[in-house]
This record gives sequence, structure tokens and C-alpha cells, in this order.
Amino acid sequence: MVKKSKVNQPKASTSRQMGFFELLKRDIVKHRYIYIMLIPVILYFIIFHYVPMFGAQIAFKDFSISKGIMGSKWVGFKHFIDYFHSYYFVRLLKNTVILSAYNILFGFPAPIILAILINEVQNMTFKRVVQTVTYLPHFISIVIVCALLRNFFAVDGIVNQIFGSSVNFFMKEEMFRPLYVGSGIWQEIGWGSIVYLSAITGIDSTLYEAAEIDGAGRFQKILYVTLPCIAATITVMFIMRVGKMMTVGADKVLLMYNESTYATSDIISTFVYRKGLLEQNYSYSAAVDLVNSVVNCGLLVVANKLCKKISGNGLW
Amino acid sequence: MKNKIKPFDVINTIILSLLMLICLYPFLYVVFASFSEPWELVKHKGLLIGPLGFSLSGYKAVLSNRSILTGYITTLINLFAGTSINIILTLLAAYAVSRKDFMLKKPIVIMIVFTMFFNSGIIPRFLVVKSLGLYDSRLSMILPTAINVFNLVIMRTAIEALPDSLEEAALLEGANDFDILFRIVMPLIKSTIAVLVLYYGVAHWNQWYQALMYVQSRDKYPLQLVLREILIGNSTESMAAGGVDSSGESAVIGEVIKYATIVVSTLPILTIYPMLQKHFVKGVMVGAVKG
Repeated sequence: MVKKSKVNQPKASTSRQMGFFELLKRDIVKHRYIYIMLIPVILYFIIFHYVPMFGAQIAFKDFSISKGIMGSKWVGFKHFIDYFHSYYFVRLLKNTVILSAYNILFGFPAPIILAILINEVQNMTFKRVVQTVTYLPHFISIVIVCALLRNFFAVDGIVNQIFGSSVNFFMKEEMFRPLYVGSGIWQEIGWGSIVYLSAITGIDSTLYEAAEIDGAGRFQKILYVTLPCIAATITVMFIMRVGKMMTVGADKVLLMYNESTYATSDIISTFVYRKGLLEQNYSYSAAVDLVNSVVNCGLLVVANKLCKKISGNGLW
Repeated sequence: MKNKIKPFDVINTIILSLLMLICLYPFLYVVFASFSEPWELVKHKGLLIGPLGFSLSGYKAVLSNRSILTGYITTLINLFAGTSINIILTLLAAYAVSRKDFMLKKPIVIMIVFTMFFNSGIIPRFLVVKSLGLYDSRLSMILPTAINVFNLVIMRTAIEALPDSLEEAALLEGANDFDILFRIVMPLIKSTIAVLVLYYGVAHWNQWYQALMYVQSRDKYPLQLVLREILIGNSTESMAAGGVDSSGESAVIGEVIKYATIVVSTLPILTIYPMLQKHFVKGVMVGAVKG
């Protein structure tokens, strides 16, 4: 597994007497090829990650394109206060958290159950076919998935035809979350099961033999051997999932929502997209996004610490 | 193990078969519908178990549609250029951070890892893309996501798993780091590279949100953005009418066109994917906790 790599201290006692920059110069000459390799990499991270981080200061400014990031006037926490006092704050927070919570509640156990069921299959061919077929939706673009979803759940779509009903699923705010979470499970259940399947494959088979001798049936073996053996994997995956709970991407929601379902479907990232890129309210939406980034960062740091404690394995 | 069929196996097989049906049927429906006679399809109610009649009118319309063609071309360019840049940069970064003995390793690693925790947000990134003059350029769909840190971790893990002695021997023979990376390391981590080609490639094929933010000219739309227009409507708000509009003359053939569009745009991935299946499972394992 991944070990944390140690950084070698410059050895040799003579190096103590040299200044830092002298040492660095020698190091750069010695490892020049590594530094050359890193030039494009560092440039990428600076330009597309650190310059934007620096630019996030527009959240504290009244940004106007003509004045640029540096030239715009500082306004302190104005945009943050606006956001916290607006009617959107509670709605966005609630929608994001609930959507994420549903996703975890229903979407998290599904692949575990599937992995256990697949593991119980004796026929290898059938097993492989199940895996191939259930991994498939993962590779389909979200645009296609949402197009299919809109088509099948349209007023005159197949679902309504089968049930002889005429529910307008995409116009009903209470249908948004089930559709979002359900289609998410459909798309990711197979892909998500891979991790657990391979954790199950790693279980010592003598444990099952011992359980069999003790007279355990299939269910008992699942309950008392399989599940406890993959508990660590489950825990780690769960913590990471919760750590990312405030990161709900805008892309899928943008393809699924409309004004009549905003009450449940408008989440932080879609709001930022609308306010920022469509209405060009740059500073305000940057402030909204920044609040979310900070919360996210906190959650992830905690999740990462917990995971490292449990499995010795974190994000990096 | 005994070969007796137990009720558990029967139930399990039924559950898994049902699940496969649910995963697969939407695609089958789309394929059946795409070959159907337009009028038959509109009149039909309920599930399809085969094409209704046989017609290629949907495909004819799709293949003569200019925006789908340009979308396809843009996406293919993104796919090849983007994935090449992705793989080269990820390889360079992964190799460098897997070296143990250079001074700036720690600050550089911290710099990379920090981006996993803190996101600058889409607005500042948009402004940077704009001020670099990348707005509405093809590069805007490639450069801002040149390195995916999760994929970098997968690559680094693969490189670190190689025995140190290999590189030490090469160093003694006077090879430099570029030789080691491209002549020794790369051939040994071929399967990991294959996995990452798949991951990055699928991401390029499926990406639309980045293009939505950074691309304005319709002739530079990638396939998915074109698909969004055709399948979901020009703006998400225009869907207020609810679902797919199926009234009117052109809407009749429109249905078939939609299904044919889905088939044409999904086919490449569906054909490539089973061939790569045995590789990508390995990559998932490394990326699991991280991704």
C-alpha cells in the first residue's frame, strides 16, 4: 500500500555550513532532470489552481471586469453577509445537504449489497456477465443519462405509459431527489461494487471453511465472515463519502432541474453557476462558492485524518 | 463444494438478472427505438422488445446533421490531444514525486495535495481562463484539467511499487531521469497507463460542463454539448414544458432522431469498454479510497 515517503535530509556534515540557497542550487544541478520534468507540472498547478485561489479574493471585492482583480474595490464581508441574510442561504444549504444525505443513505449501501450478491455467484461466466453489464452505465455520459431519464419519465414517457398515469416527474419538486438519487444508483452501483468485491476476494478462505465446519449457512457466512472482514473498507469509504458530502457537482443537476423544481433542486454549485456565469454577478457568487470551499476543506481534512487513523491510507 | 442448487442461488440469480435487465434495458430500448418507423414509434405505448418496423431515417438525419459532425470532430480532437497531454503531464508529475532525494519534494507535494482539499471555485477559474485568452478556444477544454490529482496518485502508486534497484542500475550506467522514466518505468507500468488513458479518455468524451463554461462558438461545441441541445433543449429552463415534446409533424421524426443520436454518440465507448475491462478494475483498486 501507499507509504508516506520520507524526505531525505541533506546529508554530509559539510552541507551544514552552506546556506539554503547554495544547497538548493547544488540540488537543482544534481537533480536537474527531475526539476525540468516538474516545470510544466508546477506551471499547471500555479496557473489553474493557485492563481484562481489568489483570484478568490474577488469575494471580498466589488469585482468589475474593467478594473480587474487587483484594481477592484475591497468591500470586506459584504457579499458574505448578503448571502447569509438572503433567502437562498438556507434553501441552498438544505438542498445540498439533503441531496447528499439521500445519496449516501441509498447510494452507499447499494454497491456493498451488490458485491456480496456477486460474490455468492458460483458460475464464473454468469459472474463476469453481471459485472460487465452493471459497470456499463458508469461510462455513459451524464448528458445521455439525463436525456434517457427525461425521456422515460416524461409525461408521455414509458414509465407513465406502463402505469397508465400522467405524472410530470420533472415538474414536481418532490420527484427531483428520487430521480437524482435513483439514476445515480443505476449509474454507479456496479462500478462502486468493484472495491468491495476485491476486498471480499482478499478474505482468507479458511475463515469460510471454519465457519462451514461450525455449521454456518450462507446467510450466516455473509453476516459473520464477509461483512466483518470488509468492515474496514466500508468504514473508510463511508468516511470519505461523508467528507465529500458538500461537494455536489452542478453538472447533473443543471441537466435535470428547471425553475419549477428549484425549491428542492437548486444547490450551491448550480446557484454559483447561475449567479456567476449567467448573471455575471462574479463577486457575490465567488463568495458563495468560497464559503462552500472552506466548509468542504474542513470536512475533508477531518475525513482524511480519520481514514489515516483507521487504514493508514488517506487521500494522498 | 457441493453442486446442489439451493433456493439462495435461485433468488440471487433472479435478483442479479433483474438488475442486469434494469442496467441494460434502457440501452436496448434506445437501439430498438432508433431503428423503428417514426410513426409506429409515436403511436406505440409501453416497452419495446424489438424495433417497430425498420427504418434508417433517424440515422440518415443524424449523419447529415452538421453540428453532430463538428461536435464529433471537436470531441475527437479533445480526446487525442487532451489525453496525450494528460498522460504525459501525469507521468512526469508522478515520476518526480516518487523520487526520494530532491530537496523541493516536500513543498511540491504539499502544493499538489492542497489542491485536493481546497477548491478555488468556478468563478475565479473562469476569470483566469478568460484573462489567459483561452475563453472560447479549444485549449480551454484541455488545459484547465491537464492533471487529475486522483489519477496522479494512481500513477505514483504504480511507480513506487517498482523495485528501486531497477533505477539504481540504470543510474549507474549513466541514464538520466528522462531515460529512466520513458525507457524503464513506462514499459513496466503499461497497464496502469492503459487504465489512465481510459479514465482520461472517457472524461474527455463525456465532458460538457467545462465546455459550457468556457466555449461560446457553436462550431467549437464538443459532442456532449451538441447532444445537450438536441436531447435536453437549448437551455435547461426551456424544459418547463416538461419532458420531450412530441406533438407536431417534425416531432414525429424527432423522436427517432433523438434515439439514433444517442446510439451514434454512445457506440464508441460501448465498443471499447469491454476490451479494457480487465485493466480498469486494477486502477479502481488503487484509486478507490482516494477517488
